[in-house]
Amino acid sequence: MGEWDLPLIWAGIIGIAVALYVILDGFDLGVGILFPFARDEKERDQMIGTIAPFWDGNETWLVLGGGGLWVAFPRAYGAIMSALYLPVIVMLLALVFRGVAFEFRTVAETSKRYWNFAFAGGSVLAAICQGVILGGLIQGINVKDGAFAGGAFDWATPFALMCGLGVLAGYGLLGATWLVMKTDSEVAARAKQHAKLLLLGVLGFMAIVSLWTPLAFERIAARWFVTPNIYYLWPVPALTAITAFMLWRWLEAGREIPPFMAAIALFLFGYAGIVISVFPYLVPWSLTIWDTAAAPASQRFMLIGTLGLLPIILGYFVFVFWIFRGKVRHGEGYHH
Amino acid sequence: MELDPVLIARLQFAFTVTFHIIFPTFTIGLSAYIATLLVLWVGTGQDRYQRLARYWTRIFAVSFAMGVVSGIVLSYQFGTNWSRFSVFAGNIVGPLIGYEVLTAFFLEATFLGIMLFGWGRVPRWLSVMAAIVVAIGTMTSAFWILAANSWMHTPTGHEIVDGIAMPLDWWAIIFNPSFPYRFSHMLNAAYLTTGFVVLAVGARYLLADRHPEQARTMIKMAVLLVAVLAPLQLLLGDQHGLNTLKHQPIKIAAMEAHWESDKPVDFQIFAWPNETEERNDWALSIPNAGSLVLTHRLNGLIIGLKDVAPQNRPPVKTVFFAFRIMLAVGFFMIAAALVGAWLLWRGILFETRWYLRIVSHSWWTGFVAVTAGWVVTESGRQPWVVQGMLRTVDATSPHGAPVLLTTLVLFVVVYAIVFAMGIYYINRLIERGPQGRAVEPPDQGSPSRPLSAAHDAGREALAGGS
Repeated sequence: MGEWDLPLIWAGIIGIAVALYVILDGFDLGVGILFPFARDEKERDQMIGTIAPFWDGNETWLVLGGGGLWVAFPRAYGAIMSALYLPVIVMLLALVFRGVAFEFRTVAETSKRYWNFAFAGGSVLAAICQGVILGGLIQGINVKDGAFAGGAFDWATPFALMCGLGVLAGYGLLGATWLVMKTDSEVAARAKQHAKLLLLGVLGFMAIVSLWTPLAFERIAARWFVTPNIYYLWPVPALTAITAFMLWRWLEAGREIPPFMAAIALFLFGYAGIVISVFPYLVPWSLTIWDTAAAPASQRFMLIGTLGLLPIILGYFVFVFWIFRGKVRHGEGYHH
Repeated sequence: MELDPVLIARLQFAFTVTFHIIFPTFTIGLSAYIATLLVLWVGTGQDRYQRLARYWTRIFAVSFAMGVVSGIVLSYQFGTNWSRFSVFAGNIVGPLIGYEVLTAFFLEATFLGIMLFGWGRVPRWLSVMAAIVVAIGTMTSAFWILAANSWMHTPTGHEIVDGIAMPLDWWAIIFNPSFPYRFSHMLNAAYLTTGFVVLAVGARYLLADRHPEQARTMIKMAVLLVAVLAPLQLLLGDQHGLNTLKHQPIKIAAMEAHWESDKPVDFQIFAWPNETEERNDWALSIPNAGSLVLTHRLNGLIIGLKDVAPQNRPPVKTVFFAFRIMLAVGFFMIAAALVGAWLLWRGILFETRWYLRIVSHSWWTGFVAVTAGWVVTESGRQPWVVQGMLRTVDATSPHGAPVLLTTLVLFVVVYAIVFAMGIYYINRLIERGPQGRAVEPPDQGSPSRPLSAAHDAGREALAGGS
């Protein structure tokens, strides 16, 4: 393996890590986004109880995504983190508030409502920031001599903000369908209504991005709307539409597990669309995965461990999800 | 005064990393303590161990959450604030951090779910296993982080190509000269810190005559642990010092405020270093003892600060005073540990109220010593971020001072709230005690008699919890 295929493999690994992060932390951030709609503490405990055993593991994929980017593509890591400095820092601080709220609200008495607010607010802010980061990447980063050369607010555009709201709706959808699967009674019924609304919202944002990006960025238009690409790529929007339709039907039919799976599929199609649009750029539109790759020796050393350990990690992830399968029973938490 | 972006970036990193290190220090030790308690529970069948384990698990959960979130911040800060360091050292430090995530971070985070919420859902052995796995995970985490950090102090196993560090020999990179010393010193510090927290909590209960049975268990276990680890820490620190003298002699010169290269040198008990005049304004020292302490030879040579140009010296006052703070706290810990062991041996430990009163107020000792120690080693490496290869001023991201100042203020505000509330809640959990709601189901209330509590816990254990 050498300088051509190693970066490609690493781009794949980071791509998978980011996809796993977006799905896994997506549903638990989504539960946080829907948190303000809970009626009382009992409902809030039930909602948070569905994600309490998982959130920490889920968030670790964010570290792998960031760490992996540094390991495999140090120049991209440096440029992206510098360019998107403010949204990244705000996202991290939002995750700080939200993460400690899990534990703090179980100990808090009179201050519990503040931590409820911190949990919901942190989740909303983190989701928006992640969308802004995505938008900031797609619209391109000003790079000179392999390093960031723009201003502190280059990312702040209507497009990036729109992406922020899109991700907020998307995570909300993941969270709502997760709650449909993991809770019962009124929490589940309300989640079902939210899921429908959010599905419409997500489809709206997907449509806007799909029209906006090819119009605003010639490269993206050239990627999608030329022959023969268009023949290979048309299944992506088609499958998205079919999945969205099925998601709606399953919600209507009162199914519990398929809507969550469909929401995941919807995310993966959206993700695939973005990858198709920007590949092989890691820092659009200046640095490709080959421009920014780390030393082959570093990529190889890390690859051995990753290929050996990722299956084990995925194994115990599945194990934990299996242990905590099914609906969250009333009063289940660790106050006992 | 013009704001210096490098200074603000350094302040920001110092602030976030100091905040972070407090929690891993505690959770590395606490996870090992909880695993030990659960193993003792399975081994002896005595419920007090399980009750203590679950009590400390709640405190662990709060501390671990703060460690996790502040750690995620750090893993991104290399890129956001130190992008030129990330590019220069990314090929070396990146994979080490990557291995930490893969071998430790995922392990801890996933099995923590079972450890916290598994009671009642999984068999007893799996809960115990999960606690052991979490303890091993936290230790493994320390292994990789200290390997990465030690490489920045004593870099080996690499070559510089086009101004970027390239790996040649991973074994030499991981097991770089200062790594074994720094790792054992830090790991021992973590266990020692937690030992003093457990000791303080036990003493606090016993003085108030609350949970006397659990309090005695905690005090006895903690005293036995720190009586071994506190003197051991002195030995490990001494060996670490010899290693530093060999590889970073200027750091030792700053720790001791020695300006001239000389042999034999005095040992400074206290001094006031004057960096502009390159001398100490005054000093209280033991003649010729410095050589013996630092080199283990009566006539050992100590390199002085004047051996290098002023721009290559670390901030002498910071390093010197931080080292003195670490030493003072460390010797207090050794004394407290040995006195405790002697009282235990005499069989009067639980009745010696003056001793219990002192240790009940000494929970902070390990945290202060660890923080001071890190200030010594990190400030002592300055002006380098990677010793001899990359200067701190050349390692930053291209941000202006206003942007950095904004994020610094954000970090200070958020961390201050989170830290204050975290300490407050941990204190509340300690106040509730092991027999309170922390262990019993809320709908059953807290039992009035210890016996019924033990009975309930036993029944709970037999029924597999819930």
